[in-house]
Amino acid sequence: MTGTLPRQQETPAQRDRRLLTLLRTGGTVLVRWREASVLIVAIAMAIYFRAANDVFLTHDNLRNIAQATAPAAIVAVGIVMLLVSGEIDLSVGVVAALAPFLVHYAIDNYGIPVIPAFLIAFAISALIGFCNGFIVTKFKVPSLVATLGSYYLLLGILLTTSHAYPAQIPEAAQGRIQSIFGAADWSSLIWCLGVVAFYHIVLTRTRWGLHTISVGGNLIGATEAGIRVNRIKIGNFMMASMLGALAGILEAFRINSIDPNIGGGTALVFTAISAAVIGGTALAGGSGTVIGALLGALILAELQNGFNLIGISANPFNIILGSAILLSMIANQYLSRLRRTGGG
Amino acid sequence: MDVLVAEHVAKRFGALTALRDVNLRLEKGEVLGLIGDNGAGKSTLIKVICGFHQPDSGRLVVNGQEVTLRSVDHARSLGIDTVYQGLALINELSVYHNMFLNRELRVGPLLNNRAMRRLARAHLEDMGVNIPNVNSEVAKLSGGQRQAVAVARAVYSDAKILLLDEPLAAMGAKEGTLILDLIRDLKARGEVSVIIIAHNYAQVLDVCDRVNLLQHGTITFDKPTADVSLDELTELVVAEYRARRTRGNGGG
Ligand SMILES: Nc1ncnc2c1ncn2[C@@H]1O[C@H](COP(=O)(O)OP(=O)(O)OP(=O)(O)O)[C@@H](O)[C@H]1O
Ligand SMILES: [Mg+2]
Repeated sequence: MTGTLPRQQETPAQRDRRLLTLLRTGGTVLVRWREASVLIVAIAMAIYFRAANDVFLTHDNLRNIAQATAPAAIVAVGIVMLLVSGEIDLSVGVVAALAPFLVHYAIDNYGIPVIPAFLIAFAISALIGFCNGFIVTKFKVPSLVATLGSYYLLLGILLTTSHAYPAQIPEAAQGRIQSIFGAADWSSLIWCLGVVAFYHIVLTRTRWGLHTISVGGNLIGATEAGIRVNRIKIGNFMMASMLGALAGILEAFRINSIDPNIGGGTALVFTAISAAVIGGTALAGGSGTVIGALLGALILAELQNGFNLIGISANPFNIILGSAILLSMIANQYLSRLRRTGGG
Repeated sequence: MDVLVAEHVAKRFGALTALRDVNLRLEKGEVLGLIGDNGAGKSTLIKVICGFHQPDSGRLVVNGQEVTLRSVDHARSLGIDTVYQGLALINELSVYHNMFLNRELRVGPLLNNRAMRRLARAHLEDMGVNIPNVNSEVAKLSGGQRQAVAVARAVYSDAKILLLDEPLAAMGAKEGTLILDLIRDLKARGEVSVIIIAHNYAQVLDVCDRVNLLQHGTITFDKPTADVSLDELTELVVAEYRARRTRGNGGG
């Protein structure tokens, strides 16, 4: 028995604990695998585009990528919260375009100071989210249809009130405020990282996040457990709408013009949904990741930017985007099946 | 003393009358068996008592006070907790998050996962059911294990009135006995009153003090289990069906 002696220096309790830690880390890696795989794709893509064109990893170009990632990621965070709770919002892109106009109307038409003007814009965005959520929960209209309706309604309001013309950034908002809200080089990225970090914690570490997952995972069960399911859903609609407003304001201040085409009609919201999906959020509800959505938005920005650099036009880009969405959906299904069956 | 009294409770779903006129009482420390056909309205009655459904008419008296239950949370605050027939588990969440669903422990705004994990493990161990890992997703558990999680959640909630809607349906013989023993333990302490729905009348007679039969939306039979036999109970339930069949044969 001398051969086993050295190993026995470790007590059984210690060994159990070590095994447990090992298992837990293994489990976490498996759970986090989606984010990890998306991160690997993002890095691989950066290496590829760097090899194809020296410009890709220069300071200026990284800033371009960051500025393309940020608004899509911010909107995608709201979309993730909604998808996890089993809903979706197609109108957030128009809210993004509308919000800077609301700031502009408040300041230039009603003489309201900057800060209250901001608050009004966010409050109206929250109200839009509330209406979406109310229609979905109280009248049982599927959110896809309900928010399609509000998309056109808001688009109409936006184009009518703005006469479909861009507006100047209000004088009162120029300077420091404009820099903080998007105009400074890395401002939108900092906002984006803040939003992602905050909602990552909300989704994974708070009661709100747990209930959001519950509502999307088992609506009846969540109701039976006493969770106020409508409140959770409406709250997520409101937050998604306000995140849309933030993205829109950042974007308008960055390009130094309040343009009704911010969000490009449906482009912003579709990019955000794509980012969420590529990042590993299922449309079925009950699971999703905020960090994955950020990485998804990064991948999309890299693709667009890299293709631009190597001289491929926007048209074949859609082919790549479409394929990426389909592939990542298939990978998602495959991975979640693997997760279900493998490893206790 | 009665901890719970339901008087003339009625509940309709559109044109369908699930509960017509239910009168039911539950004494302190008592285990009441509620039996009846599929679709008789047993679950509906439970869901009225736990605040999930608002009754169309009738009144509820809890601990001597008439109450209008606004929500499941409201009923919980009065010490009423439920194991639903559908279990109300969230597949995507871990065992320990399910055990503390809507009653999460927190430090400030953040979840106290460590404490919830520890307590969940302790409760399940105490109950004696075999759940290998409280961290695993509920989706990965077997039917009986899922049921055990739902029962443990209610039993360890400090509830004074427990409503158990078919808590043994998916249980193996050993686990079923385990839960029945658990109910007996609760009864021995005399603090907790239980309404239990079951289709296995032997188990009902085994663990309950009294049995109520729900038929056509009303309680048609109410006796201490000491005064009924298994045959009598079975006969009671199938008698109606027999009568209907005989009538059907006579007509045709
Ligand atoms: N939410 C609801 N909406 C409409 N009808 C319902 C609803 N819940 C129950 N019912 C109807 O009410 C009646 C009683 O249902 P309930 O679930 O209370 O029966 P049960 O006695 O629990 O039956 P089982 O033994 O099969 O569980 C059934 O006819 C059912 O279809
Ligand atoms: Mg039932």
